Amino acid sequence: MASPSLVAAIRLIRGELAIDVELECPPGITCMMGPSGAGKSSILAVIAGLVVPDAGRVALGDDVWLDRARGVAVPVHDRRLAYVLQGLALFPHLSALGNVAYGMPELGKPERRARAQALLDRMGVGHLAGRRPRTFSGGEAQRVALARALARAPRLMLLDEPFSALDRALRAQLAALIRELVAELGVPLIHVTHSVAEARLLADQVVQIERGKVVGRGTAAEVLANFVEG
Amino acid sequence: MRSIDWGPLWLSLQVATLSTILTLTAGTGLALLLAWRKLPARNLIDAVISAPLVLPPTVLGYYLLVALGRNSVLGRGWEALFGQPIVFTFAGAVIAAAAGSLPLVVRSVRLGVESVEPDLLAAARTLGARPARVIATVVLPLAAPGLIAGAMLGFARALGDYGATQMLAGTRIDGSPTASIFVMDQLLADNEDQVFAMSLATTITGVTLLYFANRLTHRLRRG
Repeated sequence: MASPSLVAAIRLIRGELAIDVELECPPGITCMMGPSGAGKSSILAVIAGLVVPDAGRVALGDDVWLDRARGVAVPVHDRRLAYVLQGLALFPHLSALGNVAYGMPELGKPERRARAQALLDRMGVGHLAGRRPRTFSGGEAQRVALARALARAPRLMLLDEPFSALDRALRAQLAALIRELVAELGVPLIHVTHSVAEARLLADQVVQIERGKVVGRGTAAEVLANFVEG
Repeated sequence: MRSIDWGPLWLSLQVATLSTILTLTAGTGLALLLAWRKLPARNLIDAVISAPLVLPPTVLGYYLLVALGRNSVLGRGWEALFGQPIVFTFAGAVIAAAAGSLPLVVRSVRLGVESVEPDLLAAARTLGARPARVIATVVLPLAAPGLIAGAMLGFARALGDYGATQMLAGTRIDGSPTASIFVMDQLLADNEDQVFAMSLATTITGVTLLYFANRLTHRLRRG
């Protein structure tokens, strides 16, 4: 069965910024691009359920997560999504294994540890299992954060500028890994980035956001031809 | 020199320990509530909780006496439940000490709670954790230095309580004064060796506890 698309219509006032967007993200990678302060992270926060918009609707296929008009708001913990925040937000008091196992409380301890270890191995950071985040390099932290996000078998993935602190070689490695994961999971993934190179490498679809509005939508080649990095 | 009666110090340690358990439990709940930005009348609630910091201890003791005395609703309810009043009992001493130290505990714990990065809470929620699990597994472990600092400040404050304890529990609890009341009694009786010994013992106890609490807090902060 094909995975459902994410459909979102969001209206949200954040200080001076008025966000008013409509998005449709089919399974595959949607790169959301735009200058700082355009509202990209706020849009992800609404989709995740961390911020309630003034008006709007968010649905993954037939599952309506938010419908302000009908008073529907599925709590964050019930949305089963993967969200890698900009700063990664790895739990500093837990080991890499503890971080990844956090999303699987319903499993017994041995099974939880085995699955967490398998996810870390898959991301190429199995050797970090017993170590705490403060000892990780930037690339290692990204991989642990991705492993943690995958722990819940997500139906939607949200990545908020996950590569911003990495060098070019590492970006390319992780981009390849993400492509592989999305192909395997067959779910929609929204990837917020400033980088045209990253979008060309990853995107099935590009959505360009400026001052809270969608100003461009299409394939990477269509949208990025005149895009200025900000 | 007469032998020193260590009973008052032992009594004060018992009162301070129970008072700390009480204030840490209530204080953590209140700190979590106050850290919630949408709480209505947050500043007013904060001011009321902090009032014992600015009230003279005897005034605090008077309020406790009015609220928990034998003629009050709470006092009568307590007596019906436990068969003895709150006033002039060990329980009264614990409550008096707890009332004085509660704001110190709440402030320390709240600082600890508010120091936890909001992104960590957001991450926990997106990983399926309900609010109670977020508090138990992310907020409280990361706020542990604040909890320890609060417990130690509360303990130190409770160990040295004088005014409120005297008002609510009297000068003798099951026949013995607390350490601070003992010091005052012996000073008035001109027994300087007793005053010195008890003061020194109380100081060493308090400073030792604070030293180990600092070390533990430092170790937790380094992770």
